[in-house]
Order: sequence, then structure tokens, then C-alpha cells
Amino acid sequence: MAKKIIATASLSGCFGCHMSFLDIDAKILDLIELVEFNKSPIDDIKKFTKQCDIGLIEGGCCNDENVHNLLDFRKNCKVLVSVGECAIMGGLPALRNMVPLQECLEEAYLNGPTVRDCNENKIIPNDPELPKILNKVYPCHEIVKIDYFLPGCPPTAELIWNALVTLATGAELKLPYESVRFD
Amino acid sequence: MAFVKFIVDGKECMSEEGKQLVEAAKENNIYIPTLCNYPGIPPKGSCRICTVLISGRPATACTTKVTEGMDIQSAVPELESFRKSVVEILFAEGNHFCPSCEKSGNCELQALGYKYTMMVPDFPYMFPKREVEAWHPKLLKDHNRCILCKRCIRGIHNNDGKTLFAYGKRGDKLLINIDPETSKDISDELAQQAMDMCPVGAIIRKEKGFAVPIGRRKYDKMPIGSDVEE
Repeated sequence: MAKKIIATASLSGCFGCHMSFLDIDAKILDLIELVEFNKSPIDDIKKFTKQCDIGLIEGGCCNDENVHNLLDFRKNCKVLVSVGECAIMGGLPALRNMVPLQECLEEAYLNGPTVRDCNENKIIPNDPELPKILNKVYPCHEIVKIDYFLPGCPPTAELIWNALVTLATGAELKLPYESVRFD
Repeated sequence: MAFVKFIVDGKECMSEEGKQLVEAAKENNIYIPTLCNYPGIPPKGSCRICTVLISGRPATACTTKVTEGMDIQSAVPELESFRKSVVEILFAEGNHFCPSCEKSGNCELQALGYKYTMMVPDFPYMFPKREVEAWHPKLLKDHNRCILCKRCIRGIHNNDGKTLFAYGKRGDKLLINIDPETSKDISDELAQQAMDMCPVGAIIRKEKGFAVPIGRRKYDKMPIGSDVEE
């Protein structure tokens, strides 16, 4: 059986889900028997070099770069999985969703106690090179079609492993009670 | 005291006549999920998660009293999928950030999410703008997490029998307020009781938090209702 090809990305996340992924410890040796990595921070491949079978997305979409990245993943992956609370519902970055964007930026760059006295020209960063921030943080499935969801902050290594084995081999998904967590 | 026989999912049960159906089922080791209902306080029937079919007709098990010969369906796929939807709606309607919530692990809404293996709510998130009242001396009220179950209004009273909580506003702006007068000098026990009674993390006792480590919280190892079921 040909190895399945995996790509992973961290959008507006903290890399905690990737860390939890690495918590599969020695099973990573079994994993490389099952799959081959393509675009991913794990092997540092920056661009898709071929069509992938499985895409794991960590983090939601908070700026236009995240959106482009996600669309790229949708185009290049047969199956896309939202991994973790941020990809599923925006997570902690989405705490700003209840505050208008203008107020958010003003607090962060003009009025906050740590910037109030040092931002003399009252500049909110606007270099064209910078990704443009969205009006709110979007869960991935509100931008593209997501096929599967793995909750948790981060999802347990056990859950990620079981899901990957299921996707790579077609085995039945095991979901022990303790492996599904929202925190 | 008269005893009656009734049937839940084909299992013959027995309980006192006129008992709340949720409690009567519990006596017979059958768990009917509840959110707004709390043992010992008057039922309200607002969350609808305890909906069962009595002779094929839907009714809330917390407001229904058990009578002789009742034929009840509870753990049937139709109702379980309905209950899962109720949980999903509540998750999408408020701002439930489990990773940053003190009640996480002891939260009944979250536990029901686990019970029904909710991976993601089937509804779009609303991200409503809600306030956090952190200025009360003993309690913290987070309206982001409140599911308006009214447990606190019905169940928490001070020494004079006065309620600490009340509804404010109407419609989709409905919220539960804390009375600043009656709540300012409540005992720590009552504050803890209010926090424990809240099914989510909307009422938090101040100055004490995260007392139980992850792994030893109420729903870390066992699903909600597993203490009732055989």
C-alpha cells in the first residue's frame, strides 16, 4: 500500500497542537512507516510539491495570509482536518471577536498601558508586507469545507494518533472517553 | 405512599407515585440528561434536554410526574440526536472558551458535549457581545457562559430567604443579574454553593480557583451520568 501523504499547518494557533502531535513519542517511528510528510513545519517544506491525502490544520483564520494558506491546503489536500479549539471555534484568539477591530488595534498600539508612552507617532502598523487582519477570527470550517474535527486544547496525542491511523489505514476510529477533551 | 410501575426503554421500573420522572428514573439506575434541572429545587423545563417520549409524545422529564403504567422512551436515537443538537446550540449561542474557563472539567454542558462526542457544533458561532461582572465582592458573573437555566435564581437564597439572582432585560438580551446588595456579604459556603449549582462557568466564586488539578476533575475520567447507570 502506498504511503499516505500528510501536510500540516499552524494558522492562528500557538503550535501547541503540533507539540501534542509530537507527544506520540516513539510512535513517530511507526508513523513514518505509514505516511510521508509534505508541506509542514515538521520537515520545513514550505510549498506543496505534490497532491496530499491528509491536511492537518491548527489554528483559526485571523488574517488574510491564514485564509490564503487555508485555501491552498483545501486545494492540495483530499481530506482536511481541523485540529484543536482554535481551528474549530477560533479559540483564544477569538476572544477579540466581541470587540470591534478598531478598538482592538487602538488598545494594542495606541492606548494600552505598555504602548501609550512609546508610540509617539501614534502609528498602527500598516506596512503592505504585513498580513491584513480580519474583522474577526474565523473557525476554519467557516472559510473552507473541513472534513473532520479533533477537539482539545491541545487534542490529546492519543486522539491525533488514532485519527491519523484511521485516515491512513481505514481502520475503525477509536475514541476512548478520556481522549476527547475541549480544554 | 403509593408505588407505581412504569417502563423506561423497555425496562420495568418502580417508584413513588408523583415523583419527578428524572428522579424516578435515577432510582432505577437510568440516567436522563438534564441541564436546567437540579435535585431539590423546583423544576423549570427550560433547556429541553431531558425530553423523553411518553406514549410517543414528547415531554420534559423534569416537569413530568410519574404515574402508573407510563411507557417512556429515553435513550432512543431520535432523542439522543435531538439532545446533541441542544448542546451544540448552547455552545454556538454563547461564548464558551473551554480552555480558559475555570469550570472546565466540572462543567455539565461540556460533560454533555463529551457524552455525545460533539467534535464541533453543527451551527455557526454567534460570538455575541456580553459583559463580565467582576466587581461583585464575592462572586464573578460571566454572561458569556450563561445558558439562562435559572438554577441560581431558583436555588440560591441568603439567610433572610432573599434570592441573590434575577432576570434582567428580555428576548435575546435576557441575562441573569446578581443583586449587589444581597450578594455583597454572603458566606464563602453560599458563594461556593452558587458556583457548584451553576451547570457552566457563569458564576465563579472569587479568590479561589483551579483547586482541583486536571485529571481529577468531576468529568475527567467518567462520563456524566455514569454514577447513575448500572
